[in-house]
Amino acid sequence: MITIDGVSQTFKGRSGSVEAIRDVSLEIGDGEFLTVIGRSGCGKSTLLRMIAGLLKPTAGTVSVAGEVVRTPRRDVAMVFQKAALLPWRSVEDNILLPVEIFGWRRSEYRPRAEHLLEMTGLTGFRKRLPHELSGGMQQRVSLCRALIQSPKVMLMDEPFSALDALTREELAVELQRIHMELGTTIVFVTHSIQEAVLLADRVAVLSSRPGRVRRLVEIPIPRPRTFGHNAHLDQVAGVSAELHSLLLSDDHLPASPQKSH
Amino acid sequence: MTDIEAGSRGSRVWTNGVLPTLGVVITIAVWWLATEVFHIDPFYVPSPADVVDKFLEMPGFLVQESWITVQRVLIGFVIAVAGSLIIAVTLAASRTVERMAMPVLAAVNAIPKVALAPLLLVWLGFGNTPKIVMVVLVSFFPVIVSTMAGLTSTPTDLRELVRSLKASWWQTFVKVRLKWALPQIFVGLKVATPLAIIGAVIGEVVSPDHGLGSVIVGSSASSDTTLAFVALVLLAVIGVVLFYLVAGVERLLVPWAKAISS
Repeated sequence: MITIDGVSQTFKGRSGSVEAIRDVSLEIGDGEFLTVIGRSGCGKSTLLRMIAGLLKPTAGTVSVAGEVVRTPRRDVAMVFQKAALLPWRSVEDNILLPVEIFGWRRSEYRPRAEHLLEMTGLTGFRKRLPHELSGGMQQRVSLCRALIQSPKVMLMDEPFSALDALTREELAVELQRIHMELGTTIVFVTHSIQEAVLLADRVAVLSSRPGRVRRLVEIPIPRPRTFGHNAHLDQVAGVSAELHSLLLSDDHLPASPQKSH
Repeated sequence: MTDIEAGSRGSRVWTNGVLPTLGVVITIAVWWLATEVFHIDPFYVPSPADVVDKFLEMPGFLVQESWITVQRVLIGFVIAVAGSLIIAVTLAASRTVERMAMPVLAAVNAIPKVALAPLLLVWLGFGNTPKIVMVVLVSFFPVIVSTMAGLTSTPTDLRELVRSLKASWWQTFVKVRLKWALPQIFVGLKVATPLAIIGAVIGEVVSPDHGLGSVIVGSSASSDTTLAFVALVLLAVIGVVLFYLVAGVERLLVPWAKAISS
């Protein structure tokens, strides 16, 4: 579904250039849930924005469904760290924003909006304004907004990181359910090992500055997965420990951008 | 949801009705008391009772003159707001135009408008036009500045969102930027409202024909201080009414603004 081929990104600023991503190649399958994990500033978001077509790679190409990405696509939806809801629009009108912008008929998508609200447990909040909702509910609305266009690919940039711990877990479990139900290909950026292990088929661990794929870790635990007690605790602990050491060992690398393996 | 509700109906009446009225009443009482206690000659500062008496001597005339001033203020204000919005949108759309136009606009704003009044008299003669032009000149700038500030303050996450949806410039402008700018535009409008009244009075004082400014000029010619005070009070009342009118429109158009700023 997504092919990332030798992608690099270098930002040129006033104080010289910063190499954010160097030579990343990834193949993401149809319906796969890939989590990209790494420390702050390792270029995770940059990678996501290049897949979204919001940012042009300095080298290499990104293709979605066999086409090279040059500009945002309608079959790719984004979910941001902040819910990014329009404060003057009701929940329903926020969800229908992509429909309006694409010039589709609102009336045709209303039933789908209703269904998505039901799916995310927001029935009855259709007419509310965003500020009347809690942070977790706002992020649910933004998830609905991403799903209204029936995307083939969903790109999620640390979507739960601004929420409290319990709400995060709740939403992660919910996202797993939605993924199992819809089979959307998802690229999910996070710095939470727990989230990565719960959600992902594979975890791409990025090293810091410049971001490179350090290791691709398979998570072969059967779904639905849960936090807390379950039959696969040993496996969860094992994978978590592996990811932990991969992320932490980054510390001992020199910070120099010239460093490579 | 986490907000505490704005309070019961009773407490709203208290904060929105009783308290403002109380403030006005206290002010008038202090004014009255001061004139009584210090035995101020009504020629210098008349008491509120003198002012009311004066008004009741010629209510028809004063209401008529007030109405003329109000019309000039409203026409000028509408022109200023419409023009400022168009200018601000143009400036916000093009950086080149903004860089070129901003110093000129700031310079025009910095010119003391009283100094322009004689020129307007030469160019536009007597009558309504120079007064309305003065209203526009005095009140346009805050609307431009606040609208531009609003249009350029769209949060990054919303900008990224509409970019990821490939929204056109026009869609982005109408559906996001302009709406987001509304609370700030209203700040500008509220600053501009009293300025518009000041503009009308400047125009009327410099070339008196009708309106409350002319009444003030006439009262000083006949040493009628009380009449000048009546005109000032009427101007103040007009100012308050217009200000709350704008605030009322704001509450209708942007009820969500309070929620996101808190």
